[in-house]
Amino acid sequence: MENNTDYNDLGKDIIVKRIISRTITYILLALWGLIVLFPFYWMILTSFKSYSSYNSEFVPKFYITSPTFQNYIDAFTTVSLGRYLVNTALFTIITTAVMLIVTILAAFAFARLKFTGKNIIFILFLALMMIPNELVIITNFVTITNLDLRNSFPGLILPSVASVFYIYLLKENFEAIPDNLYYAAKVDGTSDFKYLYKVMVPIARPTIVTIIILKVIECWNSYVWPRLITDDPNFFLVSNGIQEIRENGFGRENIPAMMAAVVVISLPLIVLFLVFRKTVMSGVSRGGTKG
Amino acid sequence: MGSTAKNNLKALLYLLPAVLFLGVFMVYPLIDVFVYSFEEGYNSASQTSFGIGGFNYSYVLHDPYFLQALKNTLILVAITVPTSTILSLLISLGLNTITKLKELFQTIYFLPYVTNTLAVGLVFMILFKKTAYTDGMINFLIKAFGGNSVDFIEGPYWAKMMVLCIYTVWIVMPFKVLVLTSSLASVNPVYYSAARVDGTPPHRIFFRITLPMISPMIFYLVITGFIGAFKAYSDAVALFGTDLNVAEMNTIVGYVYDMLYGDSGGYPSYASAAAIILFAIVLTITVINMLVRNRRLRYVE
Repeated sequence: MENNTDYNDLGKDIIVKRIISRTITYILLALWGLIVLFPFYWMILTSFKSYSSYNSEFVPKFYITSPTFQNYIDAFTTVSLGRYLVNTALFTIITTAVMLIVTILAAFAFARLKFTGKNIIFILFLALMMIPNELVIITNFVTITNLDLRNSFPGLILPSVASVFYIYLLKENFEAIPDNLYYAAKVDGTSDFKYLYKVMVPIARPTIVTIIILKVIECWNSYVWPRLITDDPNFFLVSNGIQEIRENGFGRENIPAMMAAVVVISLPLIVLFLVFRKTVMSGVSRGGTKG
Repeated sequence: MGSTAKNNLKALLYLLPAVLFLGVFMVYPLIDVFVYSFEEGYNSASQTSFGIGGFNYSYVLHDPYFLQALKNTLILVAITVPTSTILSLLISLGLNTITKLKELFQTIYFLPYVTNTLAVGLVFMILFKKTAYTDGMINFLIKAFGGNSVDFIEGPYWAKMMVLCIYTVWIVMPFKVLVLTSSLASVNPVYYSAARVDGTPPHRIFFRITLPMISPMIFYLVITGFIGAFKAYSDAVALFGTDLNVAEMNTIVGYVYDMLYGDSGGYPSYASAAAIILFAIVLTITVINMLVRNRRLRYVE
């Protein structure tokens, strides 16, 4: 009998310990969550404060008494935020579309076609993955300048189109598609190209969606190349736009309006992420680093 | 024979776009950047140079701005890589012990990955900045705990470096937490059950089972972390503006771009030399990585 109670006490002890350690875990995790979310909270909060109330708060307030939409109106009327957004959307869509065509064609050749020197060419392709962008951007800057493509969409888009990593990713995926399908299609007289877009592309859809999402994130956030190649604000993307707004934006340091612009710029990707959460996260763990 | 030629032609057509783009914007620039870096006194207007030699490298290595950028980058690497790796390991371990709210936490932790570095950097700037109107949010907290307010954006060097490190860690955490959480979840639970049956204490389980099992992943994260931190640039621009030399907060990549373009630009030769020095550093890390990994694999066998 006594033994039995001992065991019960021991059990209780372990349970209490477990509850305590679990509580501590949750508190610490919540703390990190707070650190991650706080900047987002702060930008949304500030974007709804009026210019005068923001500047009269010596001690910043954590809440808003009279929210205003004026900052959002200012962000679209006083500075060219709308233009930057349209530019970025165009840049993102065209770059991603062209990249996708180039990638699908190349991946198909490596995965399905037989040709001389295939292995060597593929190894050369893979070797290119090791080349950092910083190394080639100097010549690209000179090339685009000499081609007179500064401040133009082709100048922005062309160097961002080819990606060895995506070709590799899709090639692996294409190779997993059974050969039988291909030979069956051949017997039916289907051309290679028709087979590619009628059979392979639909089967590889998850990978293609992953590639699209990763590329869209990359395009939306790209800063260095657009900064080098555009100095005409008419061709600015959002990253350069927000720098421009910061440096010569509203004629005075208007932080609430600046935060409204930041919210507008951040929103599209956050919405995209929340909608495609699983795809984005698995895609990034397969091949993303913040670049 | 004819069929081989036909196949080759067909493959060429499919590969042509990729080969063209990669050739023009990757292979050719790769060769060209080395040429630039050895051409002395290159003039971009007349496209002429005096001769070939190592002067550009010598110039860059003696340029105080480059040395400043190198120092900043090294400090940034030395602080952010260990901090973010250890922090993400702790967070992932925590995430793996819970089931309730796990997805919510994971979603929140991932958010910085999908934000625009330049845009959200402005939020960090106003949180840390001290102006005539307000000391800012962070200084308000520092004062609440009895400290003195500091201007983190235009103030002393170490204050600025600290903000840069904090923002960098905030930005790189999502990727690390994501990778480590899935790596921890993939450790075979049989090991843990066996250890529990044997009555192994938790810290021993961690150091004898968990850590060895996920060490390749940690190693991978440290290496990518090194490479990423060596290429830091846009985070610094987001916090301190485009004129990083004046702010004393330039990085190696920032130095390359400043040499290329902008008020101090027009020197592709110096930019190339600096970029190749950066590449040499990154390549060295990659090679060390491969050597260490090979040795470890042999050791495991």
